[in-house]
Amino acid sequence: MSVSVKVNGVSKSFTTGKVEVKALQNISFEVSKGEVFGLIGPDGAGKTTLFRILTTLMIANKGEASVDGFDVVKQYKKIRNRVGYMPGRFSLYQDLTVEENLSFFATLFNTSLEKNYDLVKSIYQQIEPFKKRRAGALSGGMKQKLALSCALIHRPSVLFLDEPTTGVDAVSRKEFWELLRQLQTHGITIIVSTPYMDEASLCDRVALMQQGKIMEINSPKGITENFKKPLWAMRSSAMYQLMLELRALNEVETCYPFGQYHHVVFKGNPVSEDDVRRMIGNISQREIEVRRIPATIEDCFMELMHQ
Amino acid sequence: MRVLRILLEKEFRQIFRDPAILRIIFLMPIIQLIVMPLAADYTVKNVKLCVVDYDHSSYSQKLISKITATDYFQLVDYTDSYEKALKYVENDQADLVLQIPSSFEKQVVKEDKATLFMALNAINGVKANLGGAYLRYIIGDFNREVRLEWLQLPRFSPQPTIQISALNWFNPTMNYQIFMVPGILVILVTMVGAFLTALNIVKEKEIGTIEQINVTPIKKYQFILGKLLPFWVLGLMILTIGLVISRIIYGINPVGSILTIYVFAAVYLLAVLGMGLLVSTFANSQQQAMLLSFFIMMIFILLGGLYTSIDSMPEWAQIFTKFNPVAYFIEVMRMVVLKGSTLFDIRVHLATVFLFAIVLNSFAVWNYRKRS
Repeated sequence: MSVSVKVNGVSKSFTTGKVEVKALQNISFEVSKGEVFGLIGPDGAGKTTLFRILTTLMIANKGEASVDGFDVVKQYKKIRNRVGYMPGRFSLYQDLTVEENLSFFATLFNTSLEKNYDLVKSIYQQIEPFKKRRAGALSGGMKQKLALSCALIHRPSVLFLDEPTTGVDAVSRKEFWELLRQLQTHGITIIVSTPYMDEASLCDRVALMQQGKIMEINSPKGITENFKKPLWAMRSSAMYQLMLELRALNEVETCYPFGQYHHVVFKGNPVSEDDVRRMIGNISQREIEVRRIPATIEDCFMELMHQ
Repeated sequence: MRVLRILLEKEFRQIFRDPAILRIIFLMPIIQLIVMPLAADYTVKNVKLCVVDYDHSSYSQKLISKITATDYFQLVDYTDSYEKALKYVENDQADLVLQIPSSFEKQVVKEDKATLFMALNAINGVKANLGGAYLRYIIGDFNREVRLEWLQLPRFSPQPTIQISALNWFNPTMNYQIFMVPGILVILVTMVGAFLTALNIVKEKEIGTIEQINVTPIKKYQFILGKLLPFWVLGLMILTIGLVISRIIYGINPVGSILTIYVFAAVYLLAVLGMGLLVSTFANSQQQAMLLSFFIMMIFILLGGLYTSIDSMPEWAQIFTKFNPVAYFIEVMRMVVLKGSTLFDIRVHLATVFLFAIVLNSFAVWNYRKRS
């Protein structure tokens, strides 16, 4: 498969006052054509900065990057014709209608909605009933779909989606990912960032980012398989108390809340429930539910963060 | 061309969809044009006068009634003590004290000469100045009358006297509105041009839409033209509204050609829009843009010759006004409206403002970045 996006040793820092913030530190990765590539990381990891560099809105301090074989600095004009960018914040004209926004961006790219209807059809059809409504009056999910339609209107070969599902309800999020899968069948490379770990498993490959660095790049499966230590989920009637007591134990390596459970990794990697029960024998609480579970991306992320 | 057209289309749609902006654009000039010229009147009327009369003669009576007969003066009190009169001044109830000495009439009759004392409250300099001047003028007039009364007989005055009669050109009745209204109109056109352009572009920055525009292959000049043209048109519309209002309400018919005004305004607006554009490239939020434009406009207006004559400014300020486009337009407006100047007469102004337009716009375009 050919390479669609190539990033090589990119660094970017900002100076606010006298403090220098290193937003990106020596980032390198490659994305193949037609791949859904996820940038997973908490707020402030540098995802947006990376997007801005790749979409030619910002120039990196160091390193080089190319999109579709074009250099992001020297051949930025070529890139602007072939990438679609959906910023994290809704950035379409709220006082223009759905239809007007679409035709506006289509014209800027010298094309029209009719010419690319087949590509945006599945998305646009969902907002078409509201085409006379102003973008500002749309619901959050609808806004996302409109923004995606606008980003797709010129048939980009690479699509950059910056936290497209932040602030969108669970159902819309699911729908959105299904749409991305459909787009993939058109051969569009999709680079998507998200702070939600559960969405990582929907990507072909993900890069885990933290404080401007990429900690690991792998397929979601590969990442979870790299988690070698046995992971235990625990629950009791007093969860906070349980966490404090677990963290106080010498045998416990890490313990963090995860949904309704606490995820715990023990030193010495016990594999049987009896061993675990013995290790937590001194805890005041009885009635503790203990279960061994497979690691999720989030567990891997927590693990990487602690290294 | 298609790109530029859709940009303009979008801009006009947005402007006409925002009722608040529309109101500001069209109502603000109308109200300002109706209110400001009526309020900004330089003729000082109702100078509060306090007379201290130690003489109580028929001459002093005659003088006082002559003074109070005009509508410039308003007699606050007629008293016989200077201290009392000064109290009025201290309490800001009087602007002027005229003291008539006890032997006023006697002196005039016997010695052909008398002195009057005038005290001015100079806290309000303009009022003191003009009030004093009016009073001197009236007293001078009174003096002439007295002399005529006494020296009636000789047909030819034994002493040569020179009398001056003044004739006001271009504005015979010294009507303030005639020269204020065109000036205020300039301010309005400038404000709409500079403020709206700056705010409009900064707004796109603020809500992030510029980001979405910047990733498109749109050219810099297309974007900038798409921003400037709508406000250029709006500026000319405001000018038109203003000219209509000044004709209907103030009966001001430009002596010169309307076309001359439009030609100059068209060029002038380019300079003003360039300024707005420049501000927008520096500002990151609408507040910043607003404050920055307000600061610049303040200086331009105060040093623009609308309220204070440029000729009476200190030399450094006069040099500064050479770089003030507002001053040029105000002068041109007055020249065309009052004097009927032609394009040929304002060629220097026109060329200078055109130069401003080029410099400001080039600087703005150079400073405008699609990427950081």
